[in-house]
Amino acid sequence: MIRKAFYKTIPVMAGYIVLGIGFGILLHNAGYGIVWAFAMSTFIYAGSMQYVGIGLLTGGASVITTIITTIMVNARHLFYSISMIGKYKGSGKYKPYLIFALTDETYSLLCDDEEPSNGSLNRYRFFVSLFDQCYWIIGSVIGSLLGSMIRFSTAGIEFSMTALFIASFTQQWVESDNHIPAITGLVSTVLCLVIFGTEKFLIPSMLLITLLLTVFRKKEGMEK
Amino acid sequence: MTAMVLVIAMALTTMALRFLPFLIFGKHTPKYISYLGKVLPQAIIALLVVYCLRDVSVVTPPHGIPELIAGLSVALMQVWKRNAVLSILLGTAVYMVLIRVM
Repeated sequence: MIRKAFYKTIPVMAGYIVLGIGFGILLHNAGYGIVWAFAMSTFIYAGSMQYVGIGLLTGGASVITTIITTIMVNARHLFYSISMIGKYKGSGKYKPYLIFALTDETYSLLCDDEEPSNGSLNRYRFFVSLFDQCYWIIGSVIGSLLGSMIRFSTAGIEFSMTALFIASFTQQWVESDNHIPAITGLVSTVLCLVIFGTEKFLIPSMLLITLLLTVFRKKEGMEK
Repeated sequence: MTAMVLVIAMALTTMALRFLPFLIFGKHTPKYISYLGKVLPQAIIALLVVYCLRDVSVVTPPHGIPELIAGLSVALMQVWKRNAVLSILLGTAVYMVLIRVM
């Protein structure tokens, strides 16, 4: 069971270690060392939010700004959770951690198997989630240590986050027959970026996406 | 001290977003909510791609060309090998080179 979980997480391992290193380096360059890297990766455990969080820490953001930014960047977790409600039903003592550790990548590993919950499946899902978080913590800690050693310029390493999202966008595109959600997301966000500007477009985009997908559901019965 | 408060705020807000749907819809999941659970992740990933590229300007040099080339390498690599790590490493390397030479 543990071995099966480990094999499943191998694709995420390299990605989380690499992205974790990127995060650790940036955080170190911002003046926050290894304890911060460890604490953020353990307790926040949301990749893109942690990258954004570095900016909040160095920019001296207020608590309110921090909470609002977190809601905007992480709102998608609402929808990951919504789509896992059925699968995590009856996962008992594992449930709190399964919910806490539901990142983009863990979601992508666990969202496709349709089996109902049972004892061994719950353990399997728990270990997949746990391994993923271990990779992420290890990566950030290594990055933090590297940050104090690297002498060459790491400018551009932040593109790893953009690349992560482009890769999952591409993967979902080639796997799916229905491209309406992806196109809706792309068009709505670009439109809102043009209208509202770089500072204020996230919330309008999310509202517009939800609205449009609701309209499409009524029109085409897309839920079938 | 302030930084610690901010990290705690990020942690608690993220936890709230993950736990709330289970607390609210755990017993009964309306059809509409399950539909959103199915279609929204794809739309949100698209949103995040745009979010990452929001500060790219096409009118000032280098006209977003590094982002375009690096982004295309990620997408093409992903279509070819279906290995996210490989795509991310390639794209980031291409980007780091391009911003130094352009």
